[in-house]
Amino acid sequence: MNDDLYKPFLLRIETARDEAPDVRTFRLKFADEGERVEFFRRYRVGMFGLYGVPGEGESTFCVASPPTREGYIECTFRKVGRVTQALQDLEVGQALTFRGPYGSHFPIDSWKGRDLLFIAGGIALPPMRSVIWNILDRRAEFGKVTVVYGARTTADLVYKHELAEWAARPDMTLVTTVDPGGQTPDWKGKVGFVPVVLKELNPAAKNCVAVLCGPPIMIKLTLPVLSALGFSPKDIYTTLENRMKCGVGKCGRCNVGGVYVCKDGPVFTLDELSRLPAGDM
Amino acid sequence: MKTIEIGRFSDLAQALSTAGYRVAAPVDDGGVVRFKEWTKGREIALGAVPVDSVKDFLFPRSEVVARFALEEAGAFTPVPVERFAPKTVALGVRPCDAAALAALDAVFNWDYRDGSYNARRAATTVVSLACAKADAHCFCISVGGAPDGTAGADAILRPADGGSKLVFEALSDKGRLLEAMVSDGQAVPDAPAALKKRFDPAAVGRWLAANFESPFWKEAALACLGCGACAYACPVCHCFDLQDESDRKECRRLRNWDSCGFGLFTLHASGHNPRPDQSARWRQRVMHKFSIYPQKFKTLACTGCGRCARLCQAGMAIAETCERIEALGR
Repeated sequence: MNDDLYKPFLLRIETARDEAPDVRTFRLKFADEGERVEFFRRYRVGMFGLYGVPGEGESTFCVASPPTREGYIECTFRKVGRVTQALQDLEVGQALTFRGPYGSHFPIDSWKGRDLLFIAGGIALPPMRSVIWNILDRRAEFGKVTVVYGARTTADLVYKHELAEWAARPDMTLVTTVDPGGQTPDWKGKVGFVPVVLKELNPAAKNCVAVLCGPPIMIKLTLPVLSALGFSPKDIYTTLENRMKCGVGKCGRCNVGGVYVCKDGPVFTLDELSRLPAGDM
Repeated sequence: MKTIEIGRFSDLAQALSTAGYRVAAPVDDGGVVRFKEWTKGREIALGAVPVDSVKDFLFPRSEVVARFALEEAGAFTPVPVERFAPKTVALGVRPCDAAALAALDAVFNWDYRDGSYNARRAATTVVSLACAKADAHCFCISVGGAPDGTAGADAILRPADGGSKLVFEALSDKGRLLEAMVSDGQAVPDAPAALKKRFDPAAVGRWLAANFESPFWKEAALACLGCGACAYACPVCHCFDLQDESDRKECRRLRNWDSCGFGLFTLHASGHNPRPDQSARWRQRVMHKFSIYPQKFKTLACTGCGRCARLCQAGMAIAETCERIEALGR
């Protein structure tokens, strides 16, 4: 194994797409074929990477494309700080640095034959999008697939063209919603907060795995709905995002109690999270 | 028996230097004793615990981990980084600082192995100096160490004949390589420093595991200024930051020491901070050393050197915190 831990790969931007205000998606090609092969040997959905611009630094976020598409990786991220600003300023053809994949993954092989319920809010769809595409690329292995996706306004919904594609697919159910007041006149989806929409949808918990990612307030209000529907904490998955520098369990800042989000996470079940100190999140 | 006259100690440093080693030792640096690279003519100060430790030579406070040549219009080319791991002898390392190496080895090698740390570790021979004296801040004996402990050392020097000589004892193959540079002699080793056990780290760990939420933390951290001096002086603390530093032609990606005591350490880009106040940060420091680390690596992340307490301008002392925690657990 390479023990030069902070030496990054180079990825070149093949395409760039604006998803929502301040949110952009890059499709990235590996500069080196050996590094591509090594990446996909290790990559599973849910893992993350450190994307960097020399002179500005590195920023941590998920890989938004599935391991079933081995020619490239995609990432979708919001401009919130200096590094993400510098990354969004890059243009097609330019290179960025990348380290990864790091962290734990969604154990989708153990979900075979089960129904899957994905619940995402706002910018939290990208970490889940890799899982959804991974499942859809291996569609026959899983039961019913339902996606509930909400954002504050219609403009804030990411992957709009893919949402249309998912809505048209007969082998999955997509429910989109925006917060009251966030709808445009031509909006065809639901209007309402994610927990309320989920309650109305009333999905069956039997033999179903739920994946939940979103802003803390959405998570907080959605968990009681899932519990009431009968989902066990062991069947509810989510991801934690803490500030990270190394990604490999050394720099000492992403731990929640004794758990390192970079190595033990970012994917956790609700059951695992319930054993961590809430005061450290 | 191998012995060295204390007055001729620099001769050993000189012999090592001549043999091609980089020599690190406690030296007087304008009135402050620091563990630094020794150069000819420099006096070695064996009498005081240096403010920094051998950690600096294995995990430097700033290190280039990646380098890029910057070109036109945002283009760049990676430039290979040469690994800096010269053959080194660390002379006069305190037993507490040598004991800290087990904790550093653990974190730099769990799962992902840190090549630059390991290269320097392999290239370094640690020659400890047993302590004949201890001050009020020393507490190695409370955390599994001893003033004449040999953990992490390749050789140990024991004060003898009332402090006028040192007895050299090799403890590993690396240490035995140095034997030829020390002459034969006779001396009677002095008694190591006498220290009282102040607390039981296992009892502290048990209380910590059950008391993440406790009013104790608010009160215990009141004096903390968040300056980070404790982490910078600690022989075990290893938290770091990665930062880019660039001029027009080149970017250097640096690994710099950092501290969990700083407010920015865990601050998210969103503005959320999981550890929003000093009490959460002090709790992290104590938890990491006495609960998280022992659970993960079966070793404490504190060796009782007392540097943090010696330096703290607010009078905070981790040994005192541990004593209070042990009392709370009774």
